[in-house]
Amino acid sequence: MRVGFFVTCLVDLMRPSVGFAALKLLEAGGAEVYVPPSQTCCGQPAFNSGDRADAIALARKVIEEFEGCDYLVAPSGSCSGMIRTHYAGLFADDAPMKARAEALAAKTWEVTSFLVDVLKVDRVPGRFDGTITYHDCCAGLREMGVKAQPRALLARVPGLRLKEMAEPETCCGFGGTFSIKFGEISARLADNKCQHVAASGADALVLGDLGCMLNIEGRMRRRGDTKTRVLHVAEVLAGERPEPGE
Amino acid sequence: MQVASMHFKARAHEKMNDALLQANLKKMQGKFVANRRASMVELDDFEATRDAGAAIRQRVLDDLDGWLGMFEENARRRGATVLWAETPADVNALVLEIARRHDVRKIIKVKSMVSEESALDHAIEAAGMSVVETDLGEYILQINDYEPPSHIVGPALHKSKEEVAELFHRKHGTPKKDVVEDLCLEARGVLRQHYLTADMGVSGGNFFVAETGSVVLVTNEGNATLATTLPKVHVAISGIEKIVPTLEDVATLMRLLPRSSTGQSICNYLDVLTGPKGEGEFHGPEHMYFILVDSGRTAILDSEVREALRCIRCGACMNHCPVYQNVGGHAYGWVYPGPIGSILTPMYVGLDKAQELPAASTMCNQCGVVCPVRIPLPDLQRKLREQAFEQGLRPWYERAGFRAWAWFARRPALYALASRVGVRVMKAMGGRDRVIRRLPVFGGWTDGRDMPAPAGRTFRELYRARQAGSGAGR
Repeated sequence: MRVGFFVTCLVDLMRPSVGFAALKLLEAGGAEVYVPPSQTCCGQPAFNSGDRADAIALARKVIEEFEGCDYLVAPSGSCSGMIRTHYAGLFADDAPMKARAEALAAKTWEVTSFLVDVLKVDRVPGRFDGTITYHDCCAGLREMGVKAQPRALLARVPGLRLKEMAEPETCCGFGGTFSIKFGEISARLADNKCQHVAASGADALVLGDLGCMLNIEGRMRRRGDTKTRVLHVAEVLAGERPEPGE
Repeated sequence: MQVASMHFKARAHEKMNDALLQANLKKMQGKFVANRRASMVELDDFEATRDAGAAIRQRVLDDLDGWLGMFEENARRRGATVLWAETPADVNALVLEIARRHDVRKIIKVKSMVSEESALDHAIEAAGMSVVETDLGEYILQINDYEPPSHIVGPALHKSKEEVAELFHRKHGTPKKDVVEDLCLEARGVLRQHYLTADMGVSGGNFFVAETGSVVLVTNEGNATLATTLPKVHVAISGIEKIVPTLEDVATLMRLLPRSSTGQSICNYLDVLTGPKGEGEFHGPEHMYFILVDSGRTAILDSEVREALRCIRCGACMNHCPVYQNVGGHAYGWVYPGPIGSILTPMYVGLDKAQELPAASTMCNQCGVVCPVRIPLPDLQRKLREQAFEQGLRPWYERAGFRAWAWFARRPALYALASRVGVRVMKAMGGRDRVIRRLPVFGGWTDGRDMPAPAGRTFRELYRARQAGSGAGR
C-alpha cells in the first residue's frame, strides 16, 4: 500500500513536527509512505477567495503529484476536504481532468480517519500525562466525517484523559483568509473558543488542523495564557513534541 | 429598505462592542440551538425529511412558471385577484392602489419580509394612511421609530425584556412592567383595537399552494388569523419562489419549518386562506389579493446561486452561524441577515453594494448542515466571492497577492527557497517567546492575536535531510 503524504503548506512552513508525527503513525500502521518532493499547497486559499484560475492550477498540480499513489493522506481535515469535496467541481468543463480529480478524491483521507477506518490501527506510540480537550475542526467534521476517529485513538494513549469542552463543534473563527480580512470577528470567535478550553480545565487543547491551531493558540497567548498547550492530534498520538528548529 | 451592507465591518465592530446586545445575543443563541436539537430528535429520520423538503422546493424552482400559472388559475377560480410586482416599487404601488380602491384608512400588517424590501410601511404612511404591525416583534420595532429587524423570524430578538418594557412605558404611557406576560398582554390590548378598526390586512406568505390557490401563514401569536379575516380586504404578498405544489407538500415542509426555526414541533397557529368570504360563510375578507413579487428572484433563478430560492425562511442558518451569533443581524445592513442574507442581499441589491457579506463567513458549514432544504450556503458564498474576484471588486493588493503566491506555489524550487527564507525570518521575529506580536501586512491577524512562530525550517527541508542521512537503505 503506497500512501502519498500531503504535508500541507501550513505544516510545512509552521510546524514540521506535525508532519513527522503523522509519518511515524502511518509507518507504524503499516503504510509505505511516499512524500512527493514538489508538493506545495492544495489551492484552498485561492479557491475560497474567489480566485478560481489559481485554484485550478494548483489542483492540477496536486492531482499530477498524487494520482499514482493508492491513497493521499494529509494531517488536515481542511486540505483533505478541499481535495475530496471540491476538486472535481473545479473541472466541470474538462471531463478527463474531472475524472482524474474524482479518482483522487475517492482515495483522499484525513490522517486520523485513515488510521482508524482504513489501516484499522488500534495501538499508538504516544504517551501523554494530563488532561486534554478536543476541538472538532469544521472541514474535518463536516466534510470528512472526522469525529469519533481521533477520540478513539486518543483513548489508546496511556496517561491521557479527555475532558470535552462546551461546543467542541463550533468554529474557532479561522476560516483561512477570513482570519485576516475580518480579523476582529475571527479573533472574537477564537476568544470564545479559548474561554471554553479554559473552562474545561484541560492542560492541552488537541485538534487536527494547523490553521485552527495557529488561530486559537494565537488568541490564547494574546489573552495571557502561556500554559495551556496547543497540540496537533498527530503529535499527541505519535508522542512527538514540537521543538522549534527540530 | 436602505442598504448599509457595504459598512458590514464597521457595523460588526460596533455591535461586538455593545455589551447589552452581546448579552441578548448570547441568551437567544443558546435557546435556538438547544431547542432545535431537541425537537429534531422527534423526527424518525431528519435527513430523509430534509431530502423530501429540498426535493419539493427544487421541483418548484425547476418549473416555476408552470407552478405560478397553476396557482394563479386556482386562486382566481376561488375569487382572489392575483397581481404581479416586478420591483419593490411595484409592490408599494399595488398595495396603495388596492387601498385607495377600497377607501382604506388603516392597514394592519402581519410580518412580511418582502414588504421590508420595499419599505412598504413608509409608503403607506407617506400616502396618508396609517399602518400597524401586529407581529409582536415587528410592533416593537415599529413603535421604536421603525428600527430595522435583526432576524427574519424574531425581528426584535436583539432587544432585552427590559428594553421592551422601557419602550412600552414610554410609547404607551403605561406603568412600567417587568414580567414578559404582562408586556404581551399590554401589546395585545393595544393591538386588539386596531384589528377591530382596520380596513385592510396585509400579510406575507410562508407558502402559496399551487393546487388550491391558498396562502399559508405560520405564526405563534394568532395575529395572522385576526388580521386576515376581520378587515374587509386581505392582501398577501410574497416572493414568487414561495410556491409549493400541494397541501401535502406543505405538511412535509411544516415538519421541518417550526423545528428548524424555533425548535417547536408545531407552530401555535397555521392559517390556510383560500379566496374571499363566500356565500353563507361567516369568516374572511370580502376581497382577497395576492401580490407575487419578483424583485430579483428570476435573476437568482438564472444564476449560479439558484438553490438559495429553496429557502423557507426558518432562520436556522443565522441561529447557528458563529459570525451572526457574535455580530447580530443589524451588522448585515439589509433585510436578510446571516448566511442566507449573504446570498440574497448581493443578489437583490447588487454585489458591488454587498460583497462583504459572502466574504464574511468562515465557511464552517454549520449553516449548511442545519438548513432544512439543503441549501449549500458556503458553496453559494464562494460563487459570489468568485464573481467579486472576476469583476475586480476585490482590492488590487489582494488580487496581486493571490497571483504572486500562486505563481510561487506552482514553482516548487522557487517556493522552497522563498519559504526557507520566510520561516527563518518569522522564527527570528518570534524571539524567545516564540510568538510574533505584530506582523506587517497581516495586521488583521495580529491586532487581536499573536502568531505562534514557526519552527524555522520547513518540513520539506528537514525531510530531505533525514532521507539523505538515512542513506541508501531506504
